[in-house]
Amino acid sequence: MIAEHLPALQVAVPLAAAPLIVLLRHPTLAWWIALGACGFALLAALLTAAQVAGAGTVSYALGSWPPPWGIEYRIDTLGAFVLVLVAGVAALVVPFAWRSVAAEVPREQHYLFYAVYCLCVAGLLGMAATGDAFNLFVFMEIASLAMYVLIAFGRDRRALFAAYQYLILGTIGATFYVIGVGLLYLMTGTLNLADMASRLPLAQSERPVLAALAFITVGMSLKLALFPLHLWLPNAYTFAPSAVTAFLAATATKVAVYVLLRFYFSVFGAPLVSAELPMPQILLALSIAAIVTASLVAVWQPDLKRMFAYSSVAQIGYITLGIGIASRDGLTAAVVHLFNHGITKGALFLLIGGVVLRAGWAGFERIQGLGRSMPLTSLGIVIAGLSLIGIPGTAGFVSKWFLVLGAIENGQWWLAALVVGTSLIAVAYVWRFVEAAYLAAPGPRTPAPGEPPAAMLVPAWLMVAACIYFGLDTSFTVGAARRAAALMLGGAP
Amino acid sequence: MSAAQLVAAALLVPAAGAGGIALAGRWPNLRETVTLAAAALLFACVLGLVPAVLAGSTPELFVLEMLPGIALGFRVEPLGMLFALVASGLWIVNSVYSIGYMRGNDEPHQTRYYICFALALAATMGIAFAANLLTLFLFYEMLTLVTWPLVTHHGDDEARAGGRTYLGVLLGTSIVLLLPAIIATWALAGTLEFVPGGLLAGARLSNAALGGLLALYMFGIGKAALMPFHRWLPAAMVAPTPVSALLHAVAVVKAGVFAVVKVIVYVFGVDTLAGLRAADWLPAVAGFTIIAASVVALRADNLKRRLAYSTVSQLSYVVLAAALLTPLSVVGAALHIAAHAVGKITLFFAAGAIYTASHKTEVSQLDGIGRRMPWTMGAFLVGALSLIGVPPCVGFVSKWYVLQGAFAAKLWPAAAVLLGSTLLNAAYFMPIVYVAFFRAPRGEPHGEAPVAIVLALVATAAATVALFFLPGLPLALARSVAGL
Amino acid sequence: MSFASHYSYWVTVLLMTAGLYIVIARGNLAKKLIGLSIFQTSVYLLYIAPGKLIGGTAPIIAEGFKVYSNPLPHVLILTAIVVGVATLALGLALVVRVREAYGSIEEDEIVAADARDRDAG
Repeated sequence: MIAEHLPALQVAVPLAAAPLIVLLRHPTLAWWIALGACGFALLAALLTAAQVAGAGTVSYALGSWPPPWGIEYRIDTLGAFVLVLVAGVAALVVPFAWRSVAAEVPREQHYLFYAVYCLCVAGLLGMAATGDAFNLFVFMEIASLAMYVLIAFGRDRRALFAAYQYLILGTIGATFYVIGVGLLYLMTGTLNLADMASRLPLAQSERPVLAALAFITVGMSLKLALFPLHLWLPNAYTFAPSAVTAFLAATATKVAVYVLLRFYFSVFGAPLVSAELPMPQILLALSIAAIVTASLVAVWQPDLKRMFAYSSVAQIGYITLGIGIASRDGLTAAVVHLFNHGITKGALFLLIGGVVLRAGWAGFERIQGLGRSMPLTSLGIVIAGLSLIGIPGTAGFVSKWFLVLGAIENGQWWLAALVVGTSLIAVAYVWRFVEAAYLAAPGPRTPAPGEPPAAMLVPAWLMVAACIYFGLDTSFTVGAARRAAALMLGGAP
Repeated sequence: MSAAQLVAAALLVPAAGAGGIALAGRWPNLRETVTLAAAALLFACVLGLVPAVLAGSTPELFVLEMLPGIALGFRVEPLGMLFALVASGLWIVNSVYSIGYMRGNDEPHQTRYYICFALALAATMGIAFAANLLTLFLFYEMLTLVTWPLVTHHGDDEARAGGRTYLGVLLGTSIVLLLPAIIATWALAGTLEFVPGGLLAGARLSNAALGGLLALYMFGIGKAALMPFHRWLPAAMVAPTPVSALLHAVAVVKAGVFAVVKVIVYVFGVDTLAGLRAADWLPAVAGFTIIAASVVALRADNLKRRLAYSTVSQLSYVVLAAALLTPLSVVGAALHIAAHAVGKITLFFAAGAIYTASHKTEVSQLDGIGRRMPWTMGAFLVGALSLIGVPPCVGFVSKWYVLQGAFAAKLWPAAAVLLGSTLLNAAYFMPIVYVAFFRAPRGEPHGEAPVAIVLALVATAAATVALFFLPGLPLALARSVAGL
Repeated sequence: MSFASHYSYWVTVLLMTAGLYIVIARGNLAKKLIGLSIFQTSVYLLYIAPGKLIGGTAPIIAEGFKVYSNPLPHVLILTAIVVGVATLALGLALVVRVREAYGSIEEDEIVAADARDRDAG
C-alpha cells in the first residue's frame, strides 16, 4: 500500500514532520524526526527512481481525482533524478547539522531550524514531483520561504539582510512565474503540465504563449541565479549557517533549473523554444557572461564561502550553457552537471562548515597552513576543487566532456575553447586555496590541529567519495541524463 | 600470474606502496624499505609482461566503462612496455639515490616526498599501459597533480612560483588543447582505442582538419616540452634534484614524448600522416626547439638549468624522429626514450651529488671538482657522451636510427639539425668535463657524495654503456612499435 | 480592442509596474515590502478578471443557465494570497530583526554599516 502512494508520501512525510517538530519543541527529538523524515524521503526517491527506470513515467493522482482536473504527481527520468539528488543531499546534511547547527544557532531555536529544514525539503521534493503548474508554485514558495528563514539563522547580522534581499528577489521571481502560468492557463484552460503541452499547439494566438515563456524564463532565472539575476546568491551563501549553505548550494538552484527544463521541453517543446524565440542564443550569451565574470570575481574573494558562492554562479552558467547548446549532448551535459555540481558543491560547503566550526570564519587569513592542522578536510576540499576544475576521475570532468562534445558537434569550436579556457580560471581560485593551505605556514589565526567531529567529517567525505565515484562510474548519472535528454528532445512525456 | 593480473599489479603495487609509506612514515628505515620493495616488486611485474609482448600478444585489462562507449582499460603494447621498463627500472635506482640525497641534505617532509613519488610511478604505469586516449588522459593529469607537491617541496616563495608555472603550463595545455583534441577525435571517429595503423585512418579527414587536430595534440601534450610550451621544465628546477631526475628522465617528460609517439603511431597512423602531408610543419617546430633550447643551454651557468634546456632539446629529438614518419626513425624515437632517460638521469644524479657534497650549483664553480669527486664526474662524462651520441654509449644507437630515418625520408634539414645539435651538445657538455678534470680545484675541500648517491650514479652510467653492447630488449620492442 | 474592454489588463500592468518601481526605487525596507505586495496584487487581478465570462453566472449549477463563470482562478488566487501574506509576514519579521540588529531599516544606512564593518576587519 505504501508503494502505490510513494510519490505522495515522498513529499508528505517531510511536510508532516515540520509541525510535529514544532509541537514537540525538543531540540534532540527535532533532529531525530528530521533525520527520519529525510531518510524516508531518500528511500522513497531511490525506490521511485528504480520504478521509473523499470516501468517508465510514474503518474499519481492526488486524492484520486483524475488528471487533468485533479492535481497529478508525474515523475519521469529527469524528475526521479532530481528527487534522488535533493533527498540524498538532505539526508546527508542532517547528521552534519547535528554539530554544525549546535555551534552556529542558539539551542532554543534548534527545533525551529529543523522544522523549517523539513519544510524546505518537502517543498523542493514537491517541485520535482508535481505535474501541475500551480502546485509547483505552491511548493516553490514553501521551499523559498523556508530558505529565507534558514538563511536568517546565520550568526552574522548580515545574514538578516541577505535573507531579506533573497526574499524580495525570490518573490519577484516566483510572481513572474505565476504570471507566466496565468497566461498559459488563459491560453490552454488547464494547469496540468502534460495537458498543457498537448493543448498549446492549438492555442489561437501565439503572443501570450511567447510572453508566458519570457515571464517563466525570467522568473526561474531569478531562482536559479542566472547572470545578471544572481545578486542575492553570494551574500545568501556566505552568511547562512554552514549546513544551510551546503544544502542550498547543492539543491535550490538545481531544482529551479529542473523547472526551467520541464517548461522548456515538456510543456513548450523544443521547436517553439528554439525556433520562435532565440532562447538558446540568449541562454548561451548569458551563460558565457555568467561563467566568465563569476569565475574571475571568485578569484579575488577574501573568504572561502564567498569564493565558492561566486564559483556556484559560474557553474550554474555551465548548466544553462548545456541548455543553450540544445542538442542531445548539450542537454545531457546540463542534466549531468546539475547532479555533479550538486554533489561537488555539497561536499565543498560541508567541508568548509568544518573549517568554520574550528576557525570561526573561513577567511583566507585563517586557513594558512590548514593542510597541517586539518589534513583530511583540506584534502577533501582539494578533491572537490579538482571536480570543479574538471580533472578526469572526478564528476566535474564528465559534465565538461559532454559540454565540449556538444559544442564540437554543433561546430561551435569557439564555445568549446571557452568551456575549457574558463576551467583554467577555476584552477586559479582552487589553487588559491591549495597554496594557502599547503604552502603557507600556519598563521596566528589558524585553528589548532584537529579535524571537525566525525558527525561532520563523515557526511562531507561521503560526498567527496561520491564526486570520485560518479567521475569513474557514470552509468547512473549519464544514463539518466541521456534518457532525460532524449525524452525532452523527443517531445512531451 | 596471468598477464592481466600482472598489469593490475603494476598499477596497484606503487599505489599500495604509497599507502605503506604513509603508514611507515614515523620510522625512516622502514619507510625507505617499503619504497625499495615496492620499486623492486614493480620492476618484477613489468618484467613479467615482457615475454608475452615480445611474442606479439597484447595483454589487456578492462576496469570499467567510464563514459558511454569509452572504457577505463589497459593494453600492453611494445612502446608502452618499453616506457614501463624504463620508468620502473629507474625508480629503483632513483629511490636509492633519493635516500642518499634526502638524508644527506636533511630535507624536510620526506614521507610526503616518497608518497608522491610512489603515486607518480603509479600514474606513469597508467599512462604506459593505457588502452585508449581517455585512460591516458586520466593518468596524464594525475601525474601532473601528483608531481606538484614534489616540485613545490621546499615550500618557499621560489617553490611556489615554480609550482605555478609548472601547473599553469601543464594544466593549461592539457585542458585547453589536449582535451578538446581527444573529444574531437571521439566525435569524428567514434572510438578512442589505440589501434596499430591509427584509429583515425578510416575517418577520411581533410588535410587541414588532420593538421589542426595534430597541432592540438602536439601542443596539448605539454609534457613533451615543444616550444613555446616548454617553460615549465626550467621552472620545475626549484625541486630537489631527485625530483628533477624523476621529472626529467623517468616519468614526466617521458610520459610526454611517449604520448606524442603513441598519438602519431596509434591515433593518426604513420601512413595516414605521411600520405596526406598534414604533419609537414611538425619537423620544423621540433627542429626549432632542438636548436633554440641547445643555444639557451649553452649560455646557462646554473647546472640544473643547463640540463633542463638540454632535456627540452633532447625531447624534441623524439618528436622530430616520430615526425619523420619512417619506420627507422620511429625505432629511433622509441629507443631514444630509453636512451635519453638513462643518460639524463645520470647527469641529474651527478648534479645532485655535486650539490650534496659541495653545495655548488653553477658551472663556473666546478673547477677541479673531478679530482675531488672522481666517481661522480666519471659518470657525468659517460652520461654526457651518451647524450652527445658517442659510442660506446646507448645514445649513439638511437641517434643512428634517427639519422637513418632522416636520410630515408630525404629530409636533409632534419639531418642537418641532428648533426648541428650534436655539435651544440658537445659544446655545452664537454667544457664542464674539461674544467672538472683539468683545472685546479677551488674552494673548501670536500669528498665524494654519500655512498647511496654514488651507487646510483655508477649504476645508471654502467647501464648507459651496457645498453650499447646489449641493446637486445629495448631494440626489439622499438622495432616492434615501428612494425619491423 | 478598446481600452474599455481590456481595462482590467491595463490596471494589472499599472499595478505591476508601480509595485516593481517601489521595490527598486525605495530604500526603506518596509516600503519595499509594500511595493512587493502591490506587485503581487496585480497578479491576482490578472487571474481573476478573465475568470468572469461575459454573460456568465455564479458557478453553482442551476436550471436554465448554460454559461458559468470560472471558479478555478478564485481558488488559485486564494492560494496565492495566502502565499503573499506569508511572504509579507516573513518579510516584516525580517525587517524587525534587521531593525534590532542595525538600528535602522534604510537600505543605504545598512549597506554603509556593513562597509564600515568590513573595513574594520
